[in-house]
Amino acid sequence: MAPIQHLGNIDKRKRASQKVAFGFFSFLSYLVVAILFVILGFIILKGASVISWDFLTQAPQEGMTSGGIFPAIVGTLYLVFGSSLISFPIGIMSGIYMNEYATNGKLIRFIRIMTNNLSGVPSVVFGLFGMSLFVSTLGWGDSIIAGSFTLALMSLPLIIRTTEEALKSIDDSFRHGSLALGATKLQTIRRVVLPMAFPNIITGLILSIGRVSGETAPILFTVAAYFLPQLPKSIFDQCMALPYHLYVISTSGTDIEASRGMAYGTALVLIVIVLLVNLLANALRGYFAKKVKMN
Amino acid sequence: MRKFIEKLVEGGFLISGSVSSFTILLIIVFLFKEATGLFSSPEVEEGYVLAVNRENPVERLSPEQIMDVFDAHITNWENLNGEDQAIQVFRFSDLTHYYTEEELGDEFQYVPEKINELIHKEPGIIAFFPEQYKSENFTGKIISGAAIKPSEFFGGTKWYPTSAPAPIFGLTPLLLGTLLVSIGAIVLSLPFGVAVAIYMAEIANTKTRNLLKPIIELLAGIPSVVYGFFGLVVIVPLIQKSLDLPVGETAFAGSVVLAIMALPTIITVAEDAMRTTPRAMKEASLALGATQWQTIYKVIIPYSISGITSAIVLGIGRAIGETMAVLMVTGNAAVIPTSFFEPVRTIPATIAAELGEAPAGGAHYQALFMLGTVLFLITLALSIAVEYISSKRKI
Amino acid sequence: MIKIDAKNVDFYYGDFHALKNISMEIEPNTSTAFIGPSGCGKSTFLRLFNRMNDLIPGTRMEGQILIDGRDIYTKSEKVDRLRKNVGMVFQKPNPFPKTIYENVAYGLRVNGVSDENYIEETVVKTLKQVVLWEEVKDKLKESAFALSGGQQQRLCIARALAISPSILLMDEPTSALDPISTSKIEDLIHELKNEYTIVIVTHNMQQAARVSDKTGYFYLGELIEYDNTRKIFTNPEKESTQNYITGRFG
Repeated sequence: MAPIQHLGNIDKRKRASQKVAFGFFSFLSYLVVAILFVILGFIILKGASVISWDFLTQAPQEGMTSGGIFPAIVGTLYLVFGSSLISFPIGIMSGIYMNEYATNGKLIRFIRIMTNNLSGVPSVVFGLFGMSLFVSTLGWGDSIIAGSFTLALMSLPLIIRTTEEALKSIDDSFRHGSLALGATKLQTIRRVVLPMAFPNIITGLILSIGRVSGETAPILFTVAAYFLPQLPKSIFDQCMALPYHLYVISTSGTDIEASRGMAYGTALVLIVIVLLVNLLANALRGYFAKKVKMN
Repeated sequence: MRKFIEKLVEGGFLISGSVSSFTILLIIVFLFKEATGLFSSPEVEEGYVLAVNRENPVERLSPEQIMDVFDAHITNWENLNGEDQAIQVFRFSDLTHYYTEEELGDEFQYVPEKINELIHKEPGIIAFFPEQYKSENFTGKIISGAAIKPSEFFGGTKWYPTSAPAPIFGLTPLLLGTLLVSIGAIVLSLPFGVAVAIYMAEIANTKTRNLLKPIIELLAGIPSVVYGFFGLVVIVPLIQKSLDLPVGETAFAGSVVLAIMALPTIITVAEDAMRTTPRAMKEASLALGATQWQTIYKVIIPYSISGITSAIVLGIGRAIGETMAVLMVTGNAAVIPTSFFEPVRTIPATIAAELGEAPAGGAHYQALFMLGTVLFLITLALSIAVEYISSKRKI
Repeated sequence: MIKIDAKNVDFYYGDFHALKNISMEIEPNTSTAFIGPSGCGKSTFLRLFNRMNDLIPGTRMEGQILIDGRDIYTKSEKVDRLRKNVGMVFQKPNPFPKTIYENVAYGLRVNGVSDENYIEETVVKTLKQVVLWEEVKDKLKESAFALSGGQQQRLCIARALAISPSILLMDEPTSALDPISTSKIEDLIHELKNEYTIVIVTHNMQQAARVSDKTGYFYLGELIEYDNTRKIFTNPEKESTQNYITGRFG
């Protein structure tokens, strides 16, 4: 066959276009990284000078322009704890059901679509829903328990999905091995499957804690208090929360300019929580990945 | 006994498995439960009536018309399909302009009668007063009996939820505000998102990728209120100064903040989609002398286009539902947006900002739940769209 | 003139020494078969000729491979130009999710041909060359996935031929196909070796015997024996080769 005269002249051009395109993509990628570091750096720099022992352990004072954010920290801890208490068992069990028990393909698909839909529901809609169901219909009022339930429902899809994926990654041969020794299905799940999937499930749980601690819209009408100098005494009390506190003092406090410093400090505490959660999740992932490799 | 416990636990699994479906159902039920009352609530404030002279042919005014009348934007009945007759606005507080305190009685016992008399003798009057002062043998014509119409909510172009005598709940400005901010956000973040996805899936080496992945995850983990705060103290002033605007809180500011927030969703989903391109397909292209870049845009992107589309739709979904960040940076003016550089108000921001002040069970409260229902249906439609797109992936 | 000249080639996947000091000379317009048990390195060696192994992270190559007397592993070598000259057909048919026509046209387009008449001419010519034209001439605009596996593989061969390579590498091209499709492709290889230098990796010893002029037998990363096909299959020098072709293992 005669050589094609049309070919061969564009080699340089196509290589040049690759260079330009790849340069552009890596530039945009590093720009995204830069955006993250600008946001983090800005809040860390501005907030670092505000953070002190008093800031972390005292209640807000003088119209929230000085003092600390202790009640908000405690409130967020309550909410994280309360919602985890509800969402962890339900989410994990739901994931187990999806991967280990459900056999009807159509049903699994339906549940999965519903779970996806649930994860697409805006957080403010969860807020409306929580207000209507927990606050008014069940009569719990604005309370830690109403807020915890609302946050728990919101974080369910994430937990279900990570659990399901963690279980899916475990080879069937382990299950068969256990069943072949006469173990029941439940024993197999408890003694073989869950321990192996555990690290990945934990990572999902940790990430969901991160999400719950930063959410504002769902707690807006279900639990969050504008200002509450004393700590809540029961689960039917309102409480303050870090994200809502940041929203309040940066947009509608008594003196927005004067509370800016408090706002930077609160934002920094939120960022630190998120950083810790992500570092922990990644560290766990790395640690367990290594461990599995060694075995 | 052990068998019984096994059955019990399995039952627990089954119940948990249905929780997400059940929650969706509950959300629908409760949103509708609170929202549907809207179209049976009276269009004027509860406990008040709006009346005209018996001879006046006008039977009903829409909330917007009522507002125009009471704000004196409309001053003749002619403009409301009535006769050529000047409109005389009467508010309850105007009563003392017409009658002395003696005439009204020391315990206001003659008020109903006097109001009746006034409406009877003034052909152009429109009167707004508490229902308790309606006389027993009232001779005027009440025109406020009607409920809020769905067409007024869904087609209405104004959102004045606390206007008196008749609040106005028009969806349009909020819906357009939401769409403007969200679409702006996607337009801004799409090139970044897809570029980073391509970079991570096809160009970066494993080491760089392992470095980028947690960074993207971190970006997804930052709370929206922190993004809002950052937008408020950095992006808003920056936009105001650099574009020389009267205010920096604009739709554009909302789009910029949302664009950053939508990035992780777009990047992760698009990257996963590109990774599903079979290696054989890539190798075939490279073996024909195509460069890596030609392979990306001629083979990998067409192959993963449904996944990339899902990424875009999911990004839009996130942007549409985002509340706090948008609330903090868009200025919240509930008017139909005419420019990208003006304050706008979105549906979620409206709910978050107003629900605290709306009395439970009132028309305003119901209208906000109706907004929530609309928002829920939009995101549900987007979720279903994603499901549909990704089920089409198999060629 | 030697077409492909491999000199003391070593290849590593990370720490794994996959090819051990292999040297081989392949003459132009011949067909050469690589045989050997799974994991012996025959495919790895084949993929060195168009630098396909570059795509696998953590690999390393030592030694030299010359094509038409030029070292293809120098820094200045452009892999896209190399691959234009050295076509490849893969184990499983891997058409693009495009039309039949666009599959064949792809190589021309990525190499800058924009003359639509010329592209059409080439598509028709190469489809005829692989004896697929009669079967697909009425459905050129349909998806390539609508074709049978054997048709898809011939389409992939057409796709490789469309940019006029001088060498055609085939990595177990019939292993995923039925016997009838296999024999069609073997006939095709017979035709093609007059114009191209063909190197084919195969699991199937009868196939090697049928289509190749020379055969190389690989075992555990070493080239045990490389000679005329007839000699390998009738009177091999090494006992290991003898054992393999008589089916005592592998």
